[in-house]
Amino acid sequence: MAGIDHAPPPFFKQGPAPLALLTFYIAISLAIFVVDLRFRSLDLLRQSIALIVDPVQRIAQTPGSLVDYAATYLQGMRALQSENNELKHAKLTSAPDLERVAQLESENGRLRKLLEVKEREKAKGQVAQILYTARDPFSRKVIVDKGQQSGIIAGQPTIDEAGVVGQVTRVFAFSAEITLITDKDQAVPVQIVRSGQRSVVFGLGNGQLELRYMPTNADIQVGDVLVTSGLDGVYLPGFPVAKVVNIERDSAYSFARIFCLPVAGVENFGEVMVLDRRQPLPPAPPAAASRGTVGGEGGRLNKRRAMNAN
Amino acid sequence: MQPTFSSSRILLPVRPWFIFFSLIGAALLNFLPTAHWPGMPDWVALVLCFWSVREFRRVGMGWAFVLGLVMDVADGAVLGQHCFAYVLLAYVSASLSRRLLWFPLFQQALQVMPLLVAAQVIQALMRLAVGADFPGWGYFIGPLIATLLWIPATFILLLPQYRPVHQDPNRPI
Repeated sequence: MAGIDHAPPPFFKQGPAPLALLTFYIAISLAIFVVDLRFRSLDLLRQSIALIVDPVQRIAQTPGSLVDYAATYLQGMRALQSENNELKHAKLTSAPDLERVAQLESENGRLRKLLEVKEREKAKGQVAQILYTARDPFSRKVIVDKGQQSGIIAGQPTIDEAGVVGQVTRVFAFSAEITLITDKDQAVPVQIVRSGQRSVVFGLGNGQLELRYMPTNADIQVGDVLVTSGLDGVYLPGFPVAKVVNIERDSAYSFARIFCLPVAGVENFGEVMVLDRRQPLPPAPPAAASRGTVGGEGGRLNKRRAMNAN
Repeated sequence: MQPTFSSSRILLPVRPWFIFFSLIGAALLNFLPTAHWPGMPDWVALVLCFWSVREFRRVGMGWAFVLGLVMDVADGAVLGQHCFAYVLLAYVSASLSRRLLWFPLFQQALQVMPLLVAAQVIQALMRLAVGADFPGWGYFIGPLIATLLWIPATFILLLPQYRPVHQDPNRPI
């Protein structure tokens, strides 16, 4: 009886125990959650999955875009004509300013050369179509139809016809993800047009923006327009970002709460322009090494400022 | 297999490709633009829960993990968020399956509800813990609607397995 030593044949092959499998999968899930969030080193995995998922997602979006297309196609001739007239009118009203822009730019360039100031950078970019809004309810992102194939890289700013929309945060082969400026804690360095004061505006996550760290007595009014200050080396200076809609000055806090609404049609579908990356800014001056020379200078400056304030 | 364990009706065995296509179909439903409407259920969670209860030998945590990755990439969420929730959902539904199928459909739905709600709450907690914004209460209505959809989902997903009520006993084999 040679067979008696053998182990019984496995009748029920069940694989590893469910609890072991659960522990395994949960450990992997938590690991990639932390790695993706903190180190951002899983972009290759994300890109390769997106290569398969992205076409399927575009197909799933087709019925909706077909309905949109049919709606615009069936829109009355009259509506289109009136829109056309309005556009012509708007073009005519902005003509006096626009026609002189070329002349003003060349004049500005000449003057800057005379003053030996670096010339202003020109904005260039490519138009991209917004495909759909990302489904994630915790963030505000949109997907556009240009990606690595069109030379998009993460970090490029995005604008529409009215102002700043957001920034490219992830790039896939044929699409890119744009984080809107209304996303929570998405920061844009801005300047108040009326007073020239610089600050940073943060997204609140509910479609509004907040201008933080402005003292309660700051010179700011409802209706003030904020434009990019260009200090970050990402956004070119001068693009409209937001308009102040509400100011709460509470003397219990040292900062005023200033709420703004984005100028651009941030949450609407349409076309956006992905601007090319800015030329790198000159390197920052080295930090004050010795207190003796540089610190003294700073102290004098501070004193002068204090005198001016008085 | 029976529709419920107390039923006398016997079902045909499930076809693996039907499970596969129903899961892919659920993912497609999630990709539709309707996913932004408030109270839309997470179709993948619902179908995954259904098959984990019905066929826990075929659809298990491996499937849940892969589908979770796909949903994470498609949503633009943090990788691992859906994976974690779906793997837990698949495990708990599989361990509930022997008891769950003794109940009529409505009571099954009531027992599935906490699972679906938990899958959503886990995702919310994971994101809130790392500093995301509260998505609003509409986010938690989805699983409640999915609970109501448990009954029609059972009918639709079991449809290919029903055999005719009146069988011809004299039919030539």
